[in-house]
Amino acid sequence: MNKIGLIITREYLTRVKKRSFIIMTIIGPILMAAIFIVPVYIAQIEGEMKVIGVIDETGLFVNKFTSGDQISFINVDEPLEEAKTDMDKNGFYAILHIPRSDLNVPESAIIYSSGQPNIIVKGVIKNTMRKEVELLKLNASGLDPNVLKSIRTSINLLTIKINKEGYEEKTSTELSMAVGMISGFLIYIFIFMYGAQVMRGVIEEKTSRIIEVIISSVKPFQLMMGKIVGVAMVGLTQFILWIIATLILVSTFMAIFSDDISIQEMSQMKMQSNGIMQEDVLNHDGEPDGINQSAMAIFESIQSINFGLVLGSFLFFFIGGYLLYGALFAAIGSAVDGETDTQQFMIPITVPLILSIALAQFIIQDPDGPVAFWLSIFPLTSPVIMMVRIPFGVPYLDLILAIAMLILGFLGTTWLAAKIYRTGILMYGKKINYQELWKWIRYK
Amino acid sequence: MAPIFDIRNITKEFANHKALDDVSFVVPENSIFGLLGPNGAGKTTLIRLINQITGPDSGELLFHSRPLVRKDIENIGYLPEERGLYKKMKVGEQALYLARLKGLSKFDAQTKLKFWFDKFDISPWWNKKVEELSKGMQQKIQFIVTVLHEPELLIFDEPFSGFDPINVNLLKDEILQLRNNGATIIFSTHNMASVEELCDHIALIDNSRKILDGKVKDIRDNYKDNVYEVAYRNLKVDIKGLLNGDCSIINSGQKDDNQLVSIRVKDKSGPNELISRLLPHMEIHSINEILPTMNDIFISSVEENKNRTV
Repeated sequence: MNKIGLIITREYLTRVKKRSFIIMTIIGPILMAAIFIVPVYIAQIEGEMKVIGVIDETGLFVNKFTSGDQISFINVDEPLEEAKTDMDKNGFYAILHIPRSDLNVPESAIIYSSGQPNIIVKGVIKNTMRKEVELLKLNASGLDPNVLKSIRTSINLLTIKINKEGYEEKTSTELSMAVGMISGFLIYIFIFMYGAQVMRGVIEEKTSRIIEVIISSVKPFQLMMGKIVGVAMVGLTQFILWIIATLILVSTFMAIFSDDISIQEMSQMKMQSNGIMQEDVLNHDGEPDGINQSAMAIFESIQSINFGLVLGSFLFFFIGGYLLYGALFAAIGSAVDGETDTQQFMIPITVPLILSIALAQFIIQDPDGPVAFWLSIFPLTSPVIMMVRIPFGVPYLDLILAIAMLILGFLGTTWLAAKIYRTGILMYGKKINYQELWKWIRYK
Repeated sequence: MAPIFDIRNITKEFANHKALDDVSFVVPENSIFGLLGPNGAGKTTLIRLINQITGPDSGELLFHSRPLVRKDIENIGYLPEERGLYKKMKVGEQALYLARLKGLSKFDAQTKLKFWFDKFDISPWWNKKVEELSKGMQQKIQFIVTVLHEPELLIFDEPFSGFDPINVNLLKDEILQLRNNGATIIFSTHNMASVEELCDHIALIDNSRKILDGKVKDIRDNYKDNVYEVAYRNLKVDIKGLLNGDCSIINSGQKDDNQLVSIRVKDKSGPNELISRLLPHMEIHSINEILPTMNDIFISSVEENKNRTV
């Protein structure tokens, strides 16, 4: 085996055998699976029936509240004060009091409950009352409700992209946003986690004084690259194990609970957990068609994203970005005597990374704007920003430019880092500043 | 003997300071070569050049009379002054790794390690982590790793630091053994007693220049001052009166039953003249020529160099 292979193997094996790696590998998928499973599970156990006592002084809403799986309504004939004291005894979750109003139609009501009534209960009550009152008003004005129903229009804005060949495809901005943000964020995390590992590895070699023994056998550059590549493989191993284990956990869970949960419910759950299910959805007349339609639209637009391209570029920017930053992290490690001294040199590395993740949310709103373009070309920000842009569709020219720039950037930082590294690793007890680093770079 | 290493007009400069200035000397094959000099003289820089950790600005490094190439590091073993091991790694695993970095196959490395671990009686350490070992134990591992690939040229930078006297002796024996088995050893140290004991040749570097080199014996002869120590029996003799004007007494004293006196003879006439003058008047038990110690030579050369440069 050649020497760089030996170094990669050592860096890889010593890390993979560490207890912390094994623990992280086990905990990671459990956390990730929990993100999928917990909302579903909570929705399952929250199926407890909520009984609401209705005191309707107007008499307009008698039997208008329909009881469902989770909420049921019971008319109460007692006066309000008695009903309030008997609330626990009667097993009521809450009491809805609709007071007599001076107006023709009541427009307010009060809920009494022991705790804060949940948003679904409130939504259902408001929705029912609104519909009923609207109907009353319509009747009063002599309009036929059916006419109004036919007038009401729901605008379905379908976005269709036309590419140069005239081929059209449906897209979903929300989905592109999600894919872009998630992949950008993964790259960000990966660079930070494993870049720091490279840095710590270099510091360890320096402080344990093994460095000179090793570089009398191999070139400093071989040692640096061996470490960077070895750590990258540790990272990839961990990610792959996480993905596999998460898929296994989630699919096992699905297999166990699939009898209880229909696919439609699942998509509802997902929307709930995505925070899409606000009152708007509840106001949407509760027509089941709406949800099916949006699910269909999501499926169609899922197909519209070029997953081959997204995955391919994700891998490239994932690895490319890591290699670019990994070399810089190695250079920092070589220049200092201990981890506490790294702070001043970390700033120029962390700023572009944090900036790119912070700007990602603005990039998403204008993925083809000039800021997005330049940041996705600049090698220090391109790994995150380009990944955010890609799901929206990026001109191939931009992509090729970004790839070329990242490769150049990688070669550049590695060249620079190697110069700092080979001097730094043999330098002890000296306070290093940027001026000193510049001197090292200029050494022949 | 043919030189294994030929250093020719080496100059190496860092930022604003010259670490080595036109340094030349040869390291004869199969010898123990002392590389001496005060702290910061440029020894470590020179050793790093030989190990190809850095390259010279100008000058040539010849290994077996041909320019040094990358592959040659597999024929060099280096024990740096700043040395250490991966603390969290197991001893055996680590020794194997370092041996294979020097180009040994896995099988060869294993066989040789087993031999050395048995020899030093440290086989039970194989599966221990380095951090569990004492400093002296770690130094032993380090020594084994340095010599394991049986290099032709070995470089030891302050090899005895961190060893107790018993292990220092063990190490000295190993170094002599290596030389007897055909290896050449470059030995950098501040311990002049061990230089006298072990080294055949030396080079003295001070302030980035070589100021002295050659065979240890020749150098000591060169620096000798024609001082003889005479041991004689307790007799009331006025030695001063017996000597002519060319001789002077440097020192006198007593050891056991003998009187001792150190006399410098001015011309290069040797001890015979002195003996013939003293012999009729006293009972001489021994007469020895006092050669300067390497310590004296080191100090006087460095002082002299300082005066020259100032």
